[in-house]
Amino acid sequence: MNHKKTIHTDAITQTIVDLIFQCSFTFPPEMTELLRDMRNCEELEIARGSLDILSRNAEIAAEERIPLCQDCGIVTVFLEIGQDALIEGIPLVEAVNGAVAQAYAKFYLRKSVVGDPLRRLNTGTNTPCFIHTDIVAGDTVKVTVYLKGGGSENMGALKMFRPTSGIDEILQFIENHVIEAGPNPCPPLFLGIGIGGTADAAVLNSKKAVLRGIGSIHPDPAYADLEAKIKARLNKTGVGPLGFGGISTVAAVYIKEAPTHIATLPVALNLNCHSLRYGEALL
Amino acid sequence: MNWRKLDTPFSGAIIESLRSSDAVLLSGALYVARDKAHERLCGMIARGESLPFPAEGQLIYYMGPSPAPPGKIIGAAGPTTSYRMDAFTEPLLRNGIKGVIGKGRRGADVKKMLQHHRAVYFATYGGAAAYLSKCIVQSDVIAFDDLGPEALLRLAVKDFPVLVVNDIYGGDLYEDAIRNGKRL
Repeated sequence: MNHKKTIHTDAITQTIVDLIFQCSFTFPPEMTELLRDMRNCEELEIARGSLDILSRNAEIAAEERIPLCQDCGIVTVFLEIGQDALIEGIPLVEAVNGAVAQAYAKFYLRKSVVGDPLRRLNTGTNTPCFIHTDIVAGDTVKVTVYLKGGGSENMGALKMFRPTSGIDEILQFIENHVIEAGPNPCPPLFLGIGIGGTADAAVLNSKKAVLRGIGSIHPDPAYADLEAKIKARLNKTGVGPLGFGGISTVAAVYIKEAPTHIATLPVALNLNCHSLRYGEALL
Repeated sequence: MNWRKLDTPFSGAIIESLRSSDAVLLSGALYVARDKAHERLCGMIARGESLPFPAEGQLIYYMGPSPAPPGKIIGAAGPTTSYRMDAFTEPLLRNGIKGVIGKGRRGADVKKMLQHHRAVYFATYGGAAAYLSKCIVQSDVIAFDDLGPEALLRLAVKDFPVLVVNDIYGGDLYEDAIRNGKRL
């Protein structure tokens, strides 16, 4: 008989409230550094000025407790639940949504969720959020909170390639899409690319991809090279910070690949704005 | 950046003097409306009703702020993506609006409309919502309170930074960026 670790839903609720607070108002130090690095690589005044304003924005947000963006996002929560963890308390879905409602009220975040896509009445709580659970080995629960605004979410894309499509065809699709989206998703982008799997798995992987860590390198050298190649190519499109022109069109490219069917080659794009807001904790 | 200071509302002469990529610090009133408020304003125009604010020469800011915490004028207040307002732009220009502020590209029809009605499309800094909130000195709900974050607001702003994207001469800051990119 395995040892079971008990985790109360109150702890999960509190963790999610804390994570939403953290990522709504503050950037981690590596983000601050990345903004500065991009700024110093730009030659155009308009690009340098834009990146300076984004850095200043983060300082004001932290100092004065004003959200980084007025679009405080729709919330996605990823839970990696250890199979030896025992969750006690209220139903998990209620605990997670309760945390979101509590955080959005308490911290004066904008409530941007409508309860039905056609009737479009605002729920007033920013719930429901979207919860993805994975059952994993161990006795811990890993909680990841990811906030994303609607403007950049609208620029997402999925294309089902033929399995014999060459990599050049995929790169061209990515470049065309990023140029077409242009200023709309608020570049410099954190571009998540889900390759392989099924259509839904590719889209989900494009979300998970951007949560890999700022400055992280793909563990598979072939994909690491591909990420670098895509970044270099996109930064020659001219889009630049906020689409006003420059070389910082993407801040980072993250690929998450998955096994797929012999007939398919899905490619999903998650164009995350420069305000990449997520946080994780282990319980 | 060479910032030029301008007060709202705009005269025809100001519109004629603006060129794409010009950097402007706006002071005065801005009217805030996004998706649902636009739908309602255009409904009012279609029914022949008068608008809830005098539109002549005024500017509309596409924005939905986060709630103001106690002691603050407004919460975070950055621009939303403008193309969603494309279908609602013509009736407002026809009623005297001289400038619209948002972020992102406009449709070809809107760019033509701006030239025809002699109005300007500005972008401000997407995702710089805390920074921009500091340029807002007053905020009042003037209509559609039931829409929550989508209510119609009148702001008073001081030195609110915007860049001219589409001027009345066909200039386009975003298209220029891509054209310059071809030389990278």
